[in-house]
Amino acid sequence: MAQTLKPGTVDELVQAVEWAVSGTHPLELVGGGSKRALGRPVQAEMTLDLSAFSGITEYQPEELQLTAGAATPLAEIEAALSDKNQMLAFEPADYSALLGSKAEATLGGVLACNLSGPRRIKAGAARDHLLGFHAVSGRAEDFKAGGKVVKNVTGYDLCKLLTGSWGTLAAMHEVSLKVLPAPELTRTVLIMGLDDARAVAAMGEALASAHDVSAAAHLPAALAARSAVPYVNEAGTAVTALRVEGIGPSVEARCRDLRNMFAPLGDGEELHRMYSRQFWQEIRDAAPFAGDARALWRISLPPAEGAKLVAALGQSLIAEAYYDWAGGLVWLALAAGEDASADSVHAAVAAHGGHATLLRAPADVRAAVAVFMPQAPAVAALTKRLKESFDPAGVLNSGRMYPGV
Amino acid sequence: MQMPPPNETTLSQRADIAAGLGAIVGEAHVMADDASLKAFESDGLSAYRQTPMLVVLPGDTQEVSRVLAYCAKHDVKVVPRGAGTGLSGGALPLADGVTLGLGRFNRIFEIDYANRSAVVQPGVANLAISQAMDSAGFYYAPDPSSQIACSIGGNVAENSGGVHSLKYGLTTNNLLGVEMVLMDGEVIRVGGKQFDSDGYDFLGLITGSEGMLGVITEVTVRILPKPPNARALLMGFASNDDAGRCVAGIIAAGIIPAGLELMDRPAIHAVEEFCHAGYPLDAEAILICELDGPEVEVEELARRVGDIAATCGATSSRVSEDEAERQRFWLGRKSAFPAAGRIAPDYYVMDGTIPRGRLSEVLNRISELSEEYDLKVANVFHAGDGNLHPLILFDANIPGELERTEKMGGEILKLCVAVGGVLTGEHGVGVEKRDLMGEMFSETDLKQQQRVKCAFDAGQLLNPGKVFPTLHRCAELGRMHVHGGEMPFPDLPRF
Repeated sequence: MAQTLKPGTVDELVQAVEWAVSGTHPLELVGGGSKRALGRPVQAEMTLDLSAFSGITEYQPEELQLTAGAATPLAEIEAALSDKNQMLAFEPADYSALLGSKAEATLGGVLACNLSGPRRIKAGAARDHLLGFHAVSGRAEDFKAGGKVVKNVTGYDLCKLLTGSWGTLAAMHEVSLKVLPAPELTRTVLIMGLDDARAVAAMGEALASAHDVSAAAHLPAALAARSAVPYVNEAGTAVTALRVEGIGPSVEARCRDLRNMFAPLGDGEELHRMYSRQFWQEIRDAAPFAGDARALWRISLPPAEGAKLVAALGQSLIAEAYYDWAGGLVWLALAAGEDASADSVHAAVAAHGGHATLLRAPADVRAAVAVFMPQAPAVAALTKRLKESFDPAGVLNSGRMYPGV
Repeated sequence: MQMPPPNETTLSQRADIAAGLGAIVGEAHVMADDASLKAFESDGLSAYRQTPMLVVLPGDTQEVSRVLAYCAKHDVKVVPRGAGTGLSGGALPLADGVTLGLGRFNRIFEIDYANRSAVVQPGVANLAISQAMDSAGFYYAPDPSSQIACSIGGNVAENSGGVHSLKYGLTTNNLLGVEMVLMDGEVIRVGGKQFDSDGYDFLGLITGSEGMLGVITEVTVRILPKPPNARALLMGFASNDDAGRCVAGIIAAGIIPAGLELMDRPAIHAVEEFCHAGYPLDAEAILICELDGPEVEVEELARRVGDIAATCGATSSRVSEDEAERQRFWLGRKSAFPAAGRIAPDYYVMDGTIPRGRLSEVLNRISELSEEYDLKVANVFHAGDGNLHPLILFDANIPGELERTEKMGGEILKLCVAVGGVLTGEHGVGVEKRDLMGEMFSETDLKQQQRVKCAFDAGQLLNPGKVFPTLHRCAELGRMHVHGGEMPFPDLPRF
């Protein structure tokens, strides 16, 4: 078991990285620790515990901006926002249950992994909401990028680069985020009984309509039955869901229009308030697969290809899948085996476009196969050069994404 | 403003380089005569001019790749250029550099409605993308005010915004993928038609990198269904302060309008004379608030915004009755720059962003500066997202007036940073704000950004002299200076 370093101040964080660099002692970065089972396993000599960088330092609801320590628990952020009727619009996912972790998800962790939920199709990803950060690079230098305002093109957009870099470039200790007003009303229109292909087509039509749908997901019958939401688990068939948010009269009007629009396809139903919220939380956190131990792929691809990819894979593999992002995000569960069928999944994704991430698998499988899609040689070389520009000694989460990165 | 001294060796090889590039793209697509080169001497920031050594206009990705590989091999600097409408001198040529124009990349390859995306070449004009899909009811959301002319490749390079970015985001939020060529000629593709890609977010990093990391040769954008209804409110106020409170009130009420623009008294009067938009001439400030979406939503929100304006002491308030009236409300705002051009021989557009709450304080300080420097200022302002565009009016023919204008502009940008904002919201750093970067960033911050540049272009041949006030060699930037090495804080518990 690796030892732990727990810096309490930015100076101590710099010292910790200095020490790591001077003797090339690789570090594993940990905030709350809820995502340690994500990515490739890191062979670190020591754990760098960042949990001291916690707490909201500045929250100005009228500026739509919040600044907090990177290790602030997500729950604390969401409670503070909820008090002012605001939210993180990218709907950060919490995979704690999925990964069997009891630890608390932190803001920094969500950003480091760029984990966005169902509203990604309308409001953008985690990367679209990071306005600025302070971090210590693998050069043991405290630096900053971005700012605290929404519109900012001063210098390179390192906020985008750091989001989704899995702690391999720098240890963020303070982050500023864009926040948005929470919708006054949320409802979800359900369409029952569509097969995957028709469901993906219907979700595409909904997104192409003027009804401003903020989330679109499809659960095949077996997965709908696993939901804790009454109307969904009692459906006895596949369930396609379209979420509508906004001010009351507008939401009511748009739900009515959507139900009319899809009435020819099958029975309709509507989820209000609690049930709607619960349903999208399940979709967001991959709850249909939380109760089993299969390998789980998270595949981001052109939305119209979603059902085709699953159908193609279904010919050679025994797999279960559901769709978020109107078909643009496929959650695919299959037996872990030795390699989580990585070659088949990669080949299918290469044919349909997009990326597959092995989100859940035993550590030996994640060490053996490409958790992130292998990159084209020129992109892989650029990735390595970027890693070296921030962390030349390779002491920060090295190997988390790719060998040596 | 100093540019790096030209490389005499490069200049002496000019004829050979022209021949070498001509062999790649065809002689007709290399410009070497003074008259042709003159057309490229500046971008939209015409205060800075430099005739390029050569201009090359490649016709496809392979040619771009070969041009860059040739230039890398012969140690020749390259300045990429789209439509040349940029406002920060990002496409300012170098005396010893080749300006690489992307004007021939003007095709729309594909509009994919099923995946709500479009694949276009970088030289396609921003507005042309929306026009190509207009009949199908779709559009591309970012709408910089130069959208008739500016190219999508330039939008990517600058991360352009527009009046609707408050609700729909900047270029970076509406991109799905690019193909780009690195300085060594390597062609890479990042993103695609999917929402997210794994690996480092090169797409996000490249957007807004001001042509310094690679040359964009293809762009995939996200497209959206057009909102079914849009209405604008035109509200007048007796003070900037009241207008500022109204902006805060709208946001605090949980309303994110499609656009929320403020103009001050000098700007109102300038545009009224220019285009007769019907703005209230007795107001100290006006707000234009656009609301879009389903009819029932637009009506309800218009009512709420009207109520908020009333509580903030609005002296007038009008909701557009029809499309013609909505367009008229916008006409004045969109004519602000040409209107400024009518009342003064020259004007200089600033582009800082500030926290919304500091609006009236900043406007007051700007009017003090206006008196100190004896230069008139008209303010137009993307109030919803805090992006300020003061227009400093001057006459370049009066000796010293341009210098005074630049100095005052610098003061305004320093003020933006001092109140918690940034130097540039959407126009880019370029050469214009390069020497002010130290106001916002430490030497450590800037060096890390330059190391990113080095990862893409170790020879620093692509658009050098822009964005960073000090050039450092990549080898020097790569060195590590780490002290310490002692086990840190040994008294802390370890587990």
